[in-house]
Amino acid sequence: MIKALGYFIEIIRGILITTRHFVVNLFFHILKVLGIKTKRKGAVTIQYPEQKKEIASRHRSLHRLMTRADGKPRCVACMLCVTVCPSECIYVEAAEDPDPEIQKYPAKFVIDLGRCCFCGFCVEACPEDAIRMDTGNVDFAQYSQQDLIYDLDKLIG
Amino acid sequence: MTETLTEMLIIFIKIVCALVWFLALTLYLTWLERKESALIQDRLGANRASIFGIRIIGLFQPFADAIKMIFKEDFVPSFSRKFLHTMAPFISFFFVAITIAAIPFGDILRIGDRTINLQILDFNVGLLFILAMLSLGIYGIIISGWASNNRYTLTGGLRGAAQVISYEVALGLSLIGLIMVYPSLRLSSIVLYQGELLFGFLPKWGIFLQPVGFVIFLFAALAETKRVPFDLPEGESEIIGFFTEYSGLKWGLFMMTDFMEIIIVSTLLTTLFFGGWQVPWLASDGFHFPWGGELLLPHVVVVLFQVAAFNIKVFFFCWLQILIRWTYPRFRYDQVMDLGWKLLVPLSLVNIIGTGIIMTI
Repeated sequence: MIKALGYFIEIIRGILITTRHFVVNLFFHILKVLGIKTKRKGAVTIQYPEQKKEIASRHRSLHRLMTRADGKPRCVACMLCVTVCPSECIYVEAAEDPDPEIQKYPAKFVIDLGRCCFCGFCVEACPEDAIRMDTGNVDFAQYSQQDLIYDLDKLIG
Repeated sequence: MTETLTEMLIIFIKIVCALVWFLALTLYLTWLERKESALIQDRLGANRASIFGIRIIGLFQPFADAIKMIFKEDFVPSFSRKFLHTMAPFISFFFVAITIAAIPFGDILRIGDRTINLQILDFNVGLLFILAMLSLGIYGIIISGWASNNRYTLTGGLRGAAQVISYEVALGLSLIGLIMVYPSLRLSSIVLYQGELLFGFLPKWGIFLQPVGFVIFLFAALAETKRVPFDLPEGESEIIGFFTEYSGLKWGLFMMTDFMEIIIVSTLLTTLFFGGWQVPWLASDGFHFPWGGELLLPHVVVVLFQVAAFNIKVFFFCWLQILIRWTYPRFRYDQVMDLGWKLLVPLSLVNIIGTGIIMTI
């Protein structure tokens, strides 16, 4: 009996909590409609396309390839990123560079974003700091899979 | 001859008005449900639907939903019993939609020397009619569960039947005390009787005369709407429910039926326990306050007051039911049976006996 009474009290408390949320949030929404600025808001929602959340500095977003001072990619086609990639989405074709200090450069560097799982292993593996995932670009959805294959031009640009 | 025609025309207009009121409110209850749940959970709710870039806090959302549902594929599974499968949502919808006929929206409206009753049909047995039609609505659910020929839907339909059996009894018994107090089944006379005063100042509303009956009726009526605290036939987390095999507008009819049941339950709560269209101390010629003041009003204003009071009360109960749906977790199958048979039915029997004793004294 006492247990049942306890349940009953909790039921009443539950509905009071939801009513409080309803009334308080409605109050702040009405204040906003009336043009009165308040510190607190009626909702915690971030209205995505218009209003974006700040991306953390270590967030892994779209890849980019770093360049040297002369504009060529820093990549030396060592294939470490290709080897470490768990989704096997990176394809690199090496070519010979006339400069003996560099020796190799990527003739092709393709990332299939449709396969990429954004683990960041390629960034960790790169000895030349040639690939980074810090563009902050997260909305690159496409209608076809073909458009998700990024080549050298797109990755540098 | 012209007299008969005018009468028919008036009845026709009343039917159209009541149905438009009913369906528009149903449509916007979906909006209210989204917005209210959003406010409770500190969200914003659906606000993207727009016409020419104008989006007034998502008020166009119901129309977007309706368009989506109309253009969705109407899928009938090959293994279902096709005729019954198609019939079920219409049965369910029809029996709820027809109940609006007996609801009194207001008192008598006088235009010239003609008096119009603001109620489609003033039955002798209005209350019984509504209860009967609400119970018949379960046929649509049982048929849909059975005709879909799917184990989950069948389980849902059977659960619906079990729930109705255990709640219909408490629902009916909780109203017997009320019928003893207001000796009538005619809804208009029940409302008229609630205009009288108790101890000279308190309106004679059902809530003051039958508080226990009100609580039992509220619980039973919540179970009647088949929504979350008592959503056995649907059981979103275990069986998907009786409408698993439905899509498009047929599924939409089931959903609309749910919302229409909320409205009907709200109108019943208003009519039976909260004085229907009665405003406290408002008689047919104006306010007569118990402390002696008087405020005489023209007839049209009084009718407007009454209809507005009815609407406000109904809106409040719709709001309350949605609040309850978004507050409580669902009951288990056996818990609902327990609550129905072991608590509500004995309690309503005690209520009847208590009412009888008080009335004889």
